[in-house]
Parts: sequence; structure tokens; C-alpha cells
Amino acid sequence: MARIEAARAGLGRLDALARRDSPASRLDPRTKVLATFAFVAVVASFGRLDLLRLAPLALYPLALAALGDVPARPLLVRLALASPFALGVAAFEPILDRAPAMALGSVVVSGGALALLTVLAKFLLSLSGALLLVSTTPFDEVCVALGRLGLPRALVSQLLLTYRYLFVLAEEAGRLVRAHALRSPERPRPSAGEGARLVGNLLVRSIGRAERIHAAMRCRGFEGTFPVRRSTSPGAGDLAFVAATVLLLVCARRWDLPALAGRALFGVFG
Amino acid sequence: MSHHIVAVEDLRYLYPDGTPALDGVTFSIHHGEAVGLVGANGAGKSTLLLQLAGVLLPTSGQARVGDLPVTAKTLPHVRRALGLVFQDPDDQLFMPTVEDDVAFGPSNLGLAPEEIEKHVVAALERVGAAHLRKRPPHRLSGGEKRGVAIAAVLAMSPDVLVMDEPSSNLDPAARRLLIAQLRAFEHTRIVATHDLDLVLDVCGRTIVLAQGKVAADGPTAEVLTDDALLARCRLERPLRLQGCPRCGEGEQVRDVRAT
Repeated sequence: MARIEAARAGLGRLDALARRDSPASRLDPRTKVLATFAFVAVVASFGRLDLLRLAPLALYPLALAALGDVPARPLLVRLALASPFALGVAAFEPILDRAPAMALGSVVVSGGALALLTVLAKFLLSLSGALLLVSTTPFDEVCVALGRLGLPRALVSQLLLTYRYLFVLAEEAGRLVRAHALRSPERPRPSAGEGARLVGNLLVRSIGRAERIHAAMRCRGFEGTFPVRRSTSPGAGDLAFVAATVLLLVCARRWDLPALAGRALFGVFG
Repeated sequence: MSHHIVAVEDLRYLYPDGTPALDGVTFSIHHGEAVGLVGANGAGKSTLLLQLAGVLLPTSGQARVGDLPVTAKTLPHVRRALGLVFQDPDDQLFMPTVEDDVAFGPSNLGLAPEEIEKHVVAALERVGAAHLRKRPPHRLSGGEKRGVAIAAVLAMSPDVLVMDEPSSNLDPAARRLLIAQLRAFEHTRIVATHDLDLVLDVCGRTIVLAQGKVAADGPTAEVLTDDALLARCRLERPLRLQGCPRCGEGEQVRDVRAT
């Protein structure tokens, strides 16, 4: 139960964070959604051993975090919690590929190790891009932006309703598990069988709730379209943000910026 | 427009399993009346409200709202005239923010954006919730949710306001505020509730349901002091009409509890 409560509280904090006023939150949600997609696509486009070329892309999350005044700690905690997945994906790389691929001074890095680090870096960059999107834009704004960008309306409605009732469902699940724990003091954690029954119970309750929500919607004239009014339009800030993002992504994709920087440095000092 | 704004004639409704929920209910309500609908658990109050809003349709008999019978064909008109506030505001506040939710009804009525905005502002101000308009529903207190749920229905400018247990789960201050608001509305009001003190404050007329039938229908002051009737219907006098246990006039309390 503590975990359900904690998850709900975490979601609530993220939601509160996204609803604060900041230069990043004032950007048109569509701008941020498109920038996030472009950023993730560019990050994913790099090759298996392109670790160093990914480095300049860290500017994007750093700048967005600064513009959004997003505290580092919760962001880092979420990244750390999710990183084992990335490690799992590439765990066998260092064993399978031991050929030396790069030398950092006297340290020789094998191809496998480099691939592992590249996967991790890509994962952390993409995830921080996505997390910063939802830390600077309330989720409903993200959904509406997706709708305005062409996502089918039915899907947008589904996303909006899912997000709205995630909180209600989490509370309900928390109550069920608490009720179980209070009457099972010796073994407060439900066993697999009991857990299955609790989930079943939650499902039945959700169906009942869904019926009531549908009735409430029909009582207020619902005929199939889910009207969410948003009339934001991109401003000068959006233009600057898009220009900077495009510049960064294009340059990072087109040129090997760390190598150029290295050569420039050696040019100066050497 | 007919003289009666809500009329129910010999309404019967069987649950899908065949159990009768409403068994020949008949009454009519005039413009501007405030009617309390009371009865024990399972007496049929909520089912009756769902019939009025056309969420359920009768097995036989009919309900009329304004000039129209409540049937599948007339639902859009009926729902424009009659607004139902659900018992659990979480069932009713399904939109991402308060303003979206209050705008939901007017948007479905096909109003222009400026008109929708006017309705939203007016409805939220009516329930003192103008400051909540940007908030998501999951960040509201129970009392705030209830207020917004009422605003969401008021925004459709219904002639009849129907509420299911509006005072449940409210703290005393929020309940008092709700009562003041309900008294101020000029709409025809139908309030299904166990809160008999609220009925005493808001409703001039009370209909008592028992086992799907109308057990009594009359002025609230008379119905809610008829101890024999109340006991038969698993009800008791509003607390305010019971004797005071501290100053010795507590007979009434004991009498009712003994039955």
C-alpha cells in the first residue's frame, strides 16, 4: 500500500510541478511536444558506439530544466530508478564485444563497454527529455497538444480520462489494500491469490464507476466528442525555443561537435 | 409549457433481475418548487432520479419533464431542461480542469466560445468557485468538488436541478454553504437525501419513498413530524425537531430509536 500511496504522491508532485508558472511552462505545449519528439528521434539516430557525439545533446534537457526551474533531485531520482532497464537491455554487450574501440588517455574501452555506455546515455537523454516535457507541461495540455497535432480524438479522450481517473483508481486501490492489511495483521501483504481478488474487485468497481461516468457525460449532452478548449498560439518565445532546438539538433547530427571542439582546443594549445 | 414541470405517472421499473425498484410512483412538481425525496436505503430514490434524467427508462408508466415524456428520442431536450448532480463528484468531474468540466455541457449544446465562457464564469461564481477554474479536479477538497459539480450542471441553465445526496461527505461548514446555495437557487429543485435537516431547510415539500412506492407526499413540516410514518419508512425526525437530550426533553429521541 505504501508503494501505491507513494506512486500517487509522486504523480501528484509531478502534476503540481507542471502547473507552476515558468518560461518553459509558458511555451505552447505543441512546441514542446514536437521538440521532445525531434530530440528523442535525433538521440535514437546515433550509432552503437557514438557515445561522445551524444554529449552536446545534453544541452537540451539542461536548458529546458533551467527554463522550467525544474528541481534536479526528483528528476535524477526518476532517471536512476529507470536506468536498470537500459542496463538490462545492453547488459551482455561488454561480454560479447571485447575488441578495443576507444582510448581515453591510457584507459582502453572495449566496443561492448562503449555500446553499453551509449545505450545508457541515449536512454537517460530520451527519458530526461520526456520527463522535462511532463514537468513543464500539465499532462492534459500534452494530450490536447497531441490532439491538435493530429492524434485521433478518441485516443486523446482515452488519455485524458485515463490520467484523470488514475488518481481516483490509485486512491481506491490504496483503500482496498489498507482494508486487507487491517484485517490481516500477521501478513499485511496480500498473497498472490488475495492480490488477484483485490485486482478483480478493483476491476468490478472500475466498471461500475465507468458506467456512472458515462451516465454523467450523457446527462450533459455527450454525443461522442470530448470538447477540451485550448486556444494557445505560439509566440516569440516559442520561435526562439524552436530555433535553438533545431540549431542544436542539426549541428549535433551533422557534425561531430566533440571532435571539432577537441581539434579546436589542440589547435589553440598544440 | 405545461403547468407541471416534472410529472411522474404510475412509473414502474424492474431491475434486470426482475426485482421491482419503482412500483407505481406518481407525483407532479410545479415550477420553482423545492422537493425533498427521502426514504430508507434501497427505497428507490436514486433509481427515480436516474429515470427523470433518462439514464434509465421505465418498464411501464412515464416521467415527463416540461412538455416532453422522457423517452430515448426526447433525451437531448430533457437533459437540457433537467440537470442531475451525481452523488459522487468524482463520477461527474471527468474533465482535466474545473473550467473544462464546467464548459463540457455548454460545449455539447453547441454554444459559441464567448457564450461558453459566459456560462462558465456565471456558474462558477454562483457556487463561489471562480478561483478554482484552472485547478484539476483531483486537487479539490470534497466541498470544492461538490460546488464545481453543481456549477457544471448549472452551466447548462437547466430549469430543474436534481441532486443525489448533495450533502454526503461534506464537513459542517461546507454543508451549511451548500444549504445556503440551494435555498438561493430559483430553479425547480429535487433533492434525494438522508439529510432530513437539509430537507427541512431547503424543501417546502417532501416525498417519502418506501419499497418503490410513494408513502407520503406533502408539506415538509407535516411529513417530517409524522412519527408513525417516519418509523414505518425507517426514517426519523430531523435532529432539529427532536427533543434536546441535555435539557431533559429527550423523549422524542428515545421514542424514535426504540421503534
